Amino acid sequence: MANVSTLNATGAAIDAVRTEIAAGPRGKKPKKVLSRRNIMIYGILGLAALYYLLPLYVMVVTSLKGMPEVRLGNIFSPPMEITFEPWVKAWAEACTGLNCDGLSRGFWNSVRILVPSVIVSIAVASVSGYALANWRFKGSELFFSVLIIGAFIPYQVMIYPLVIILREIGIYGSLTGLVIVHTIFGMPILTLLFRNYFAGLPEELFKAARIDGAGFWQIYGRIMLPMSLPIFVVAIIIQVTGIWNDFLFGVVFTRPDTYPMTVQLNNIVNSVQGVKEYNVNMAATLLTGAVPLIVYFVSGRLFVRGIAAGAVKG
Amino acid sequence: MRIRAFAAVLAATAALPCAAMAADLEVTHWWTSGGEAAAVKELATAFDATGNKWVDGAIAGSGSTARPIMISRITGGDPMGATQFNHGRQAEELVMSGLMRDLNDVAEKGKWKDIIKPASLLASCTYEGKIYCAPVNIHSWQWLWLSNAAFEKAGVPVPKDWNEFVAAGPKLREAGLQPLAVGGSAFQVNGLFDTLVIALGGTELYNKVYKDKDEETAAGPEMAKIFAAADDARKLAKGSNVQDWNQATNLVITGKAGGQIMGDWAQGEFQQAGQVAGKDYTCLPGLGLNQTLTTGGDAIYFPILKDEAKSKAQEVLAETIVDPKVQVAFNLKKGSVPIRSDVDLAAANDCMKKGIEIISKGSTATSTDQLVSADTQKQKEDLMSEFFANASITPKQAQERFASIIGSAD
Amino acid sequence: MSRTVPSATPSRPLPKSSGRPNQLFRNLNSKIALTPMILVAAVVFFGGTIWTVIYSFTNSRLLPRASFVGFDQYERLWASSRWIISIQNLLIYGILSLIFSLVVGFVLAALMDQKIRFESAFRTIFLYPFALSFIVTGLVWQWILNPEFGVQGIVRSLGWTSFTFDPLYNPDIVIYGILIAGLWQGTGLVMCLMLAGLRGIDEDIWKAARVDGIPMWRTYLFVVIPMMRPVFITTLVLIGSGIVKLYDLVVAQTSGGPGNASEVPAKYVYDYMFQAQNLGQGFAASTMMLLTVAIIIIPWAYLEFGGKKRG
Repeated sequence: MANVSTLNATGAAIDAVRTEIAAGPRGKKPKKVLSRRNIMIYGILGLAALYYLLPLYVMVVTSLKGMPEVRLGNIFSPPMEITFEPWVKAWAEACTGLNCDGLSRGFWNSVRILVPSVIVSIAVASVSGYALANWRFKGSELFFSVLIIGAFIPYQVMIYPLVIILREIGIYGSLTGLVIVHTIFGMPILTLLFRNYFAGLPEELFKAARIDGAGFWQIYGRIMLPMSLPIFVVAIIIQVTGIWNDFLFGVVFTRPDTYPMTVQLNNIVNSVQGVKEYNVNMAATLLTGAVPLIVYFVSGRLFVRGIAAGAVKG
Repeated sequence: MRIRAFAAVLAATAALPCAAMAADLEVTHWWTSGGEAAAVKELATAFDATGNKWVDGAIAGSGSTARPIMISRITGGDPMGATQFNHGRQAEELVMSGLMRDLNDVAEKGKWKDIIKPASLLASCTYEGKIYCAPVNIHSWQWLWLSNAAFEKAGVPVPKDWNEFVAAGPKLREAGLQPLAVGGSAFQVNGLFDTLVIALGGTELYNKVYKDKDEETAAGPEMAKIFAAADDARKLAKGSNVQDWNQATNLVITGKAGGQIMGDWAQGEFQQAGQVAGKDYTCLPGLGLNQTLTTGGDAIYFPILKDEAKSKAQEVLAETIVDPKVQVAFNLKKGSVPIRSDVDLAAANDCMKKGIEIISKGSTATSTDQLVSADTQKQKEDLMSEFFANASITPKQAQERFASIIGSAD
Repeated sequence: MSRTVPSATPSRPLPKSSGRPNQLFRNLNSKIALTPMILVAAVVFFGGTIWTVIYSFTNSRLLPRASFVGFDQYERLWASSRWIISIQNLLIYGILSLIFSLVVGFVLAALMDQKIRFESAFRTIFLYPFALSFIVTGLVWQWILNPEFGVQGIVRSLGWTSFTFDPLYNPDIVIYGILIAGLWQGTGLVMCLMLAGLRGIDEDIWKAARVDGIPMWRTYLFVVIPMMRPVFITTLVLIGSGIVKLYDLVVAQTSGGPGNASEVPAKYVYDYMFQAQNLGQGFAASTMMLLTVAIIIIPWAYLEFGGKKRG
C-alpha cells in the first residue's frame, strides 16, 4: 500500500502537464488569414472534405425525396419536393416483420448494449496495455502476439466456437455474454493501441512514480490515465462505432426482445425480395449513424495534447 | 423474504395460463419487405387467435445473414419456437442431427398428403418417412417480364416467347435500349440459366441434369443448345449496369430495358410502380415456351423444445399455416401461390392467375434448391456469374465446367 | 537538439527483482491485470483457431462434423479460379490501401495539427464514413460510380461525351472502384490515430527543430515519424486486419462482380460457410488466410516483442 502523499512529486508533474494540455494543438500561431500556407492547408482540407461529403450529400437528398422521384435515378439533383416522410417512416413506422415501429424499437436496447460493452472493453484493454507496456513478465508478450494474430481472424469464422464456449459457461443469450463477446473482439486492437501509446510516454514519469513508491494501480490511475486522453478518445471512437454498428453478435447472442437497432436497420435495408425503398434506407442509415457521429463531435474536446515532456524534466 | 414470497405469487399467477396450454412462440424468418411483412401479419394474427402468442424475430437477408444466426441459436441450445427456411435442403442436417421435431401427427390429422400440391413440397419436408416442415408458399422462377413501352419505342410487337425476344434484341439496341436487364449478383444469372434449361430444353432435360445429376447429359448436345441460348442472353444483357435484381426490374418498369428474367416476386415492383399487367408490362411464364413452373418457396421448421406448452403451440402453428383461409390471406399479400389448390384466389392479378393455373394443372417441376445442395448451387453461381461477365469464356468451356459440377453434385 | 530522440523501440525496463524472492508473486498485480487477456488469447483465439484448423480437414457441411477427408478441401480450394482471383485482388487492394491510408491519414492529421479553425468539424467530416453502416454507404458508392446516373453521367451531360468512368462495371479496374470507397471509409480513423500520435509528441521537439532552423517537412520526416513508430504499428495492424477482413464493402458495392472480378478471400470464406453450407471449405479458406497472416506476423512479433530485452 503506497502512501498517497508520496505521490506528490508526480502529482506536481501531472499538474504541469495539465496546464500544457490547455495549450492545444501544435504549430505556429496563425498569422495572416490569407497567407499562402493557410490557403494550402484549407484548400487541401476542403478538397478532402468534398470527397468525404459527396456520399453524404447523395444520402441526404435521396432521403428527402419520394420514391417516384428516386426512381428517376437522378442521384445528385436536389429534391423537387422535400418530404420528411422517409425519416418518419425509418424511425417510427418501418416494419420488421410484425413490429411496425421502425428503428425506435431497438434504440434503447442498443444503448443498453453499448454502454457496458464500451466501458468494459476499454477498461480491460487499457489495463492490459498498461501492464504490457510497463510491467512485462515472462510470457506476457507471447500471449500478446497470439492476440495480435487474433485481430486478423474474420469474426464469422469464430461464431460457432464462441457459441459453444458461451453455451458451456452458461451465459449464452444474455447481455453479459454479449458484453464479453464485444470485449473479446475489441481486445486485440485496443490492447495494442494502449500498449503502444503507454510505451511511447516518457520513461521518466514512470520511474519517478516508482521512486515515489506508487504501485501498479496508482500509477495507472494517477499518471497513465490522465496522460492519455487522446488515445482513450480513439479507443472510444473505435468501440462506439464497432459496437453500435454491430449486427451479427447482436442477433446471435441476444433474443428478439433485446435486439439492437441494427437488426431493424438490416431489416429495413437488406430485404431480399420485395420492394426496396431507397429513401427510407438512407434515412435509416443516417439515423443509425447519428449516435457515433455525436460521439465523434463531442469527444473532440478531449482530443488534446496529452503529454508534454517539459513537465517531466521540470 | 417478502420479495421472494411476492415473486412466488407472481410466478404462480404467471403459470396459470400455461395450464390452458397456450404459449409464446418465437418465430424467426426473413420476410421483412413491405408485402412480406404484411403477409407475416396475417399469419401471426391467425396464430394469436388460437390463444397463443407469436413473438416475432425477423432478420432480413436470407442466405448469408439470417441462416447462420438461426443455426447458431439452434445449435447453441437456445432454439426459437419455429423458423423459416427455403424449401429444399437447407435444414437437412439440422433434421439429421435430431434438433428438429417431426410433425407427423399434425400432418396426418390435417391430411397434408392429400391437400398439399404439388407433392414435391411435402417430399422435401420428409426425412426417413417423417415430415419435418410445414410448407407456406410457392415461388417460381420461370418468368419473362417485358416492358410494352420499350417494344413500342423499338417498333416491334411485344414478343410472345423467348425466341421472338432474342430476335427483337437488335431492334431494341438500335432504339438505344437495353434488351435484357440482368443485375450483377450471382443468384440472378444462376436463376436465369436454370430458367433457360427448363423453358428451352424441357422438363425432361431439366430433371435429367438436376434430379439425376447425369454428367453425360450435362455435357451433351441438348445442354449445348442451352449454353448457346445463355450466350445469346449474355449478349443481350451486356451493358445493364445495375447490381440488385430490383434495379434491373426498374429498368423494365421505366422502359429503359426490354425485359428481365426473374421470379414471380418481381411483380410486386410493377404493382408498386402502379403498372398494370397486359397494359404496361407483359409476363410470360415459362418464357412463353414450356409452360412449366418450378415450385420453390418457404417452409417453417420446428426445433425440438423442452417446454411442453410450447411444443403444443408448435403444432397449432403448423395447423394454422396450412389452414385454407390463412393460405389465401398470406399469399395474396406476399404475391406467391398457395400450397393447396382447393382455395379461391379471385383477388389475384392476371400474372398471378396464370401462375396458379399452371400449377393447378400440375405442370410443375421441383426447384433446383430442392434438387441440389447449397454447395452445388453456389458452385453453379460462381460459374454462371463468371460466364455472364466474361465474354472470353466460350459456351463450350462453360459447359465443360458445368458438367464437372453436375458430376460431383450432391 | 536539446533532447535526444528516444529509442524507437517501445521497450520498458522490466522491474528488477530487487529483493523480491518469489518469482510467482513478482509483478502479481500485472499478472492479475493480464488474466483476461491471457484467457482470451489462449481460449478464444488460440483454441478457436485450432478448432477451425481441425475442422478444415473434415467434410462438415452445415454443422461441424468430425469426419475427416484429409486435404480434399484444400485441393478443391486451390483448384477454384474464384479463390485465386480473390487472392490477387486482396494483394492489389491490400498494398494500395495500406500505402494510401497511411499517406492520406498522416497528411490529413498533420494538416489538422496546424492550429486550424474548425478542427472539430473537419475531424467529424473525415470520420463520419466510419460511423455509417456499409450496407447502405456501399449502395451510395455504387450509385456514384454507376456509369448511367453517377459521375460519368454527370460529366457527359456537361458536354464531355467521351468521358468514361465506370470502375464497378469493368472487370479490369473494379478493385480500384472498391478501393475508392474503402479509403473513403477507413482513412478517417487512421487520421484520428495519427492525430493522437502527433498530440503525443513532445512540444520541445518542435521548439528545438525551429530553433535549429530545420524545415518543417524534414522535422516530420526524420524526427516526428520515427518517434511515432508505436502509433504507426498500431495503425498498420488496424489497417491490415481491416484489409484481410474486407467483406461488407465488396458485398455492398459489387457482390464480387462483374463475374468474380472483385471477389476477396473473406467473402469466399463466408459464402462457402453460410450460403453454400460447406463449413469444411470455408474453414480451409480461412485457415489459408490465417496461415498467411501468421507467416507475416510471427517473425515481426518476435523481433518486436520477444527478441530483445533492454533496460
